[in-house]
Amino acid sequence: MKQTLIISLLFPFAALAADADYTLVIKDHRFTPTELTVPAGKKIKLLIENQDVTPEEFESHSLNREKIIAGKGKVTIYLGPLEAGSYPFIGEFNEATAKGVIHAK
Amino acid sequence: MFGTAIIVFREVLEAAIIIGILAAATRSIPNSRRWLVAGVSIGLIGSGIVATFTEAIGSFASGVGQEIFNAGILGIAVVMLAWHNIWMSSHGAALATSAKSLGNDIRDGRSECSALLIIVGLAVLREGSETVLFLYGIAAAEDAGRSTMLLGGLVGMFSGIVVGYTIYAGLLRVPMRWFFTATSILVLLLAAGMASQAAHFLIQADLLPSLVAPVWDTSVTLPESSVLGVLLHSLIGYDARPAGMQIIFYLSALVVISVGMYVAKQFNKPTISTKGAL
Repeated sequence: MKQTLIISLLFPFAALAADADYTLVIKDHRFTPTELTVPAGKKIKLLIENQDVTPEEFESHSLNREKIIAGKGKVTIYLGPLEAGSYPFIGEFNEATAKGVIHAK
Repeated sequence: MFGTAIIVFREVLEAAIIIGILAAATRSIPNSRRWLVAGVSIGLIGSGIVATFTEAIGSFASGVGQEIFNAGILGIAVVMLAWHNIWMSSHGAALATSAKSLGNDIRDGRSECSALLIIVGLAVLREGSETVLFLYGIAAAEDAGRSTMLLGGLVGMFSGIVVGYTIYAGLLRVPMRWFFTATSILVLLLAAGMASQAAHFLIQADLLPSLVAPVWDTSVTLPESSVLGVLLHSLIGYDARPAGMQIIFYLSALVVISVGMYVAKQFNKPTISTKGAL
């Protein structure tokens, strides 16, 4: 829709955000740390750094998030504000090993 | 292998559903098939290019480039679907019921076909680039299970195409007097679902507030990862945990496009088939 287009044109100004609150690293198709505790009721900025050469997709149905991180790439992802609880996430491209949980407290 | 098939199936399905519905909706427009094939081809080439530049797109705009890119693509697709539906409600019925498609109609048909090309191209591009990345990851891996996983990818792709084709074939069997209503409702819901997804990406990039999130949570009863969940997600934009902003986008798209269709229909009513656009 038109709104979407207009908003997407505004992004360079809006995205000048502060440093990430939390960082996840992907290496050998695993997340480090595998568990992350974040405050509930607050918006979280999460940096994901992929140290593998292959791409990965951060995915969490409970967080309603899905995002590709290129090999050797870094992305930012915003979460919440979350209610207190546990939110599992996976690396969809390597589901067997890439797993983790975010705890909101 | 099964896991791979599911992942690829999910990606392909979304594009296949869009193509299936659009292919049926434009069946009476001259040359639409050729444009459709062109759209798929451009989309496939585009997905290779987008996959190559994933890192560049992803690191753009402080790491939320991917969301902006996706939201932009979805935004364009919504506009094109809206245009398609509005065009169809003024010309489509005339084009199909009377065989006399006059010069005007054909000329208009061409612009309709470019909308088709863009919609199909973008759908393939978006889902295709993710599939390319995923398969690339497998191909780059060193383990022995590589070939079975790639086979899984092919199975997934094929299954997705089969579902898309089934929707297309099913729609063609809908009797003529309901056909336009059926296809325009499907296109309308597709557009609304995409508008909601676009909002979702902008929320994820922190460019839009989520408002209430989630408005409801049906992730236990009908998870988005289930087959039915995936189908409904692609068809009507089902979201197991939508944010309030997504609902606003969804409903706005529904209302705006419906009003556009209604107005277009009213304008074209008195002259019926032989006159083109006003």
